[in-house]
Amino acid sequence: MISLFSVEGLSGLLFLAFIGVTLAGALIATSARSLIRSVAGLALCFLGVAGLYYYLNSPFVALMQILIYVGAICVTIIFAVMLAESSELKQVTSRNGLVGPLAFLTSGILVFGLAALALKTEWIPAPCLVNRGTVEDLGQSLLTTYSMSFELISVVLLVAVVGSLVLARTGRDK
Amino acid sequence: MNILVLSNSLHTYLVIGALLFGIGCYGLVQRQTFIGMLISAELILSGASLNFMAFNRFLAPDPTVGQVFTLFIMAIAAAEAAIALSIIIAVYRNYKSIDTEDVMDLKG
Repeated sequence: MISLFSVEGLSGLLFLAFIGVTLAGALIATSARSLIRSVAGLALCFLGVAGLYYYLNSPFVALMQILIYVGAICVTIIFAVMLAESSELKQVTSRNGLVGPLAFLTSGILVFGLAALALKTEWIPAPCLVNRGTVEDLGQSLLTTYSMSFELISVVLLVAVVGSLVLARTGRDK
Repeated sequence: MNILVLSNSLHTYLVIGALLFGIGCYGLVQRQTFIGMLISAELILSGASLNFMAFNRFLAPDPTVGQVFTLFIMAIAAAEAAIALSIIIAVYRNYKSIDTEDVMDLKG
């Protein structure tokens, strides 16, 4: 029994608030009519996920989540929304009316199955820890064990950015 | 006050990850524009990385593996967003629309 106004109680309340922000942001992102509102919901969801990462003992990843997702990806999506003027408001739906309920049903089954799997499985914790997962350990393993993957991901990022520039550049005189 | 110690159990994070994944799948089918589908794909990716981080915190013997993996997922998501947005801009230039219904003649 934890008192609500002890340190643990307050941190638990903050955790519940992060869960609420995450789920509400995700719901706004998928159900909002206008795209700008949807991107704002996505940013809210990513802020909540960053809070959850903080509770998982990794403040560095939480900071990177805010920096990359909220600071870079959401801004890029807003840039594209502004550039490709789209009005999802007009709703010229000529597609089958069954798509919405079927999508809801399928994703509900997916969520139910995954949650039941997570709750029923007997998870076995690791017998010992080889390090404590601090930022220092993270940097060391990133530059020793995973240095090859690190270089490869840098190359992938470079090629993707150059390729997207080429794609957006061709045919500009049309 | 059992609800206040939720942050210390693996199941909480796994269920939130499953919910994010499901909401993302629903949006991927439901949205009508390419940008909406891209947003839903980002939700799916973030559900996956939340699962990796939860397993990393509670089950992995080396607590840096999941963090490294999540950083890689972030880099892949950034690359994916850049490519998808430039494709969206190219499609918009040719079709003057980013509705999935209007671009039906891309269907093979």
